[in-house]
Amino acid sequence: MSATLAEPDATPRTPTTKPPRPPKGAPTAPRRKKPVQWAPWALLAPSIALLVVMVVYPTIVMLVTSFTNLEIKNKMLGTSPDFVGFDNYIEIFTDSQFPQVLARSLGLMVVLTVLIVVFGMLIALTMTKLSKAWRLAVSVSLLFAWAMPPLAATVVWGWMFDTDYGVINWALNTITGTQDWRGHGWLENPWSFMMVLVIIVTWQSIPFAAITFYAGLGQVPEEVIEASSLDGASAWQRFRLIVLPYMRNVITAVLVLETIWNLRIFTQVYALQQQGGLASETNVLPTYLFRQGLGEFGTTAAIGVFMVILLMAISYFNVRNSLKDEEL
Amino acid sequence: MSISPGMQLAEEPGSIAAETRAATTIGDGGRLGRRAGRRRGLLGRLGLNIWALVIIVCSIFPVYWMVNMSFTPSNQIISRNPSLLPLDFTFKNYITAWTREAAPGQTDFPHALISSITVGLAVVVVCAILAFLASIALARFAFRGRVFFIVAVLVVQMVPGEAMMFTIYNMIDDWRLMNTLLGLFIVHLAAVVPFTIWTLRGFVKGVPAELEEAAMIDGCTKAQAFWKVTFPLMAPALVSTGIFAFIQSWNEFLMALLLLKGYNLTLPPWLNSFQSATEATNWGAVMAGSTLIALPVVIFFLFVQGRMVGGLVNGAVKG
Repeated sequence: MSATLAEPDATPRTPTTKPPRPPKGAPTAPRRKKPVQWAPWALLAPSIALLVVMVVYPTIVMLVTSFTNLEIKNKMLGTSPDFVGFDNYIEIFTDSQFPQVLARSLGLMVVLTVLIVVFGMLIALTMTKLSKAWRLAVSVSLLFAWAMPPLAATVVWGWMFDTDYGVINWALNTITGTQDWRGHGWLENPWSFMMVLVIIVTWQSIPFAAITFYAGLGQVPEEVIEASSLDGASAWQRFRLIVLPYMRNVITAVLVLETIWNLRIFTQVYALQQQGGLASETNVLPTYLFRQGLGEFGTTAAIGVFMVILLMAISYFNVRNSLKDEEL
Repeated sequence: MSISPGMQLAEEPGSIAAETRAATTIGDGGRLGRRAGRRRGLLGRLGLNIWALVIIVCSIFPVYWMVNMSFTPSNQIISRNPSLLPLDFTFKNYITAWTREAAPGQTDFPHALISSITVGLAVVVVCAILAFLASIALARFAFRGRVFFIVAVLVVQMVPGEAMMFTIYNMIDDWRLMNTLLGLFIVHLAAVVPFTIWTLRGFVKGVPAELEEAAMIDGCTKAQAFWKVTFPLMAPALVSTGIFAFIQSWNEFLMALLLLKGYNLTLPPWLNSFQSATEATNWGAVMAGSTLIALPVVIFFLFVQGRMVGGLVNGAVKG
């Protein structure tokens, strides 16, 4: 990781062949032999200070706290907590709802990610087939869904699924021609709550996937597609054998990001719980942690540490992916 | 508050990136399908357009419904037969949303708006400065530790802030910043800076250093060259990342909910309180409030999205 490698982007010092030179044939601009080492660090200092104080430091504090029995009592009385080893971790895994919440979170993550990627791809493929005007209309409407603030979107969807006056119940009544759906409470049953949640999150996340995939599809060379259809490949074969391999990097990027984002959703779950639904039956990791409240900081820190490890493990792929594409 | 590090704004002339941009802009591109579309029969085309219409309706409807309800009088909202158009058009909901306290003892919309704008603008300005300086260091200097720092930025960006909510709560509390906008500002700032550094770095890299060198040969100092040549070329990127940071701060709910109380709420916790307090009686006002919060974001978003998506694809396809 030494910085003395000739980096293509750190050009001022690397002597390369450059076309625009002043005509006078001046030998070279005044160049320093050795880079001034303090200048970049001075430029980085404010950011480093911020990130150390706001990210690195709390991470360490949280890790330390997770091995203690720090409670709000300690803060009030100013006493220091005791070291309890792995007790907090054992407690959250054996004596709480945590394993259940974890399973729910992971399940939700899988369902959401699959739906978002599949529908995103489907819509992207549709967009390539549409005429210009239609494509523009689809893109703009996708942008609206994407741009909605998550909280506002959840409030609106919650209202659409309202038990008494929701438009969904009204529409279902009208379509079926019955009154069966009158007063149907969507959020009461945890499974149906999850279904509503999945609809909301998918609705908001598909545009990102679709528009990204669409942009990626623009890079699949037309000649190859044409050649394959001349060779008699069906639409599905063309997609699977040609489009997919070309799109692999884009799909991986979206897949990893969606996985991370879907594990971290808080706003939608919390807001939907506010509108009905039993929090204890519908919590995911972030809302579960939030609802633990202030009090047992040791336990909540242990949950936090677990979440960080889980998400960092998934993020590893994202970091690797990002670095791979960059000449550093 | 995470956004992909891959979604960079980088635009490197001469690479596939530049070439792709045409295809990524909404409204053209899609050369893949054009030919296939021509061969399609009339029936197929009809089916395709119906499917497109379904996508459009599904995407737009909730947004439309929010706006529709916000203009509908309360007595009509609570009816078994909702009307698809705001026939009895009214501004009353907006007046209620604007003037009423979110809940007894909590802020009203105008104050929450001011709080949100204050935090958002402060985040944008400080974040732009920090990230700009850092991106110069990363893209224009070769120094020991550079690669390490880049990797660190990527990793830091992936640390989930939600997991540390109570640790950060305690920290802010220890600093006596509880229930202040300054406290929320610091939290938001830390959340957006890594992503902004990463994107801006890509952009500085995209501006050929030769331009600066030419300026230096003409007698500029290194700083002057950067300021007069590279900075103007980067201005659009700064604006986009700035808007992005603003949207992140504007939408952030969890930490605002945890750190602020009473009269200091920003808009998301305001909406949360307002909804809890008035949903039984006045959904129209809740919808009006939602519309007011969504509006600026939607407008800003339409400005920046092209760049963001283009960046992701360029990054992902290059390898």
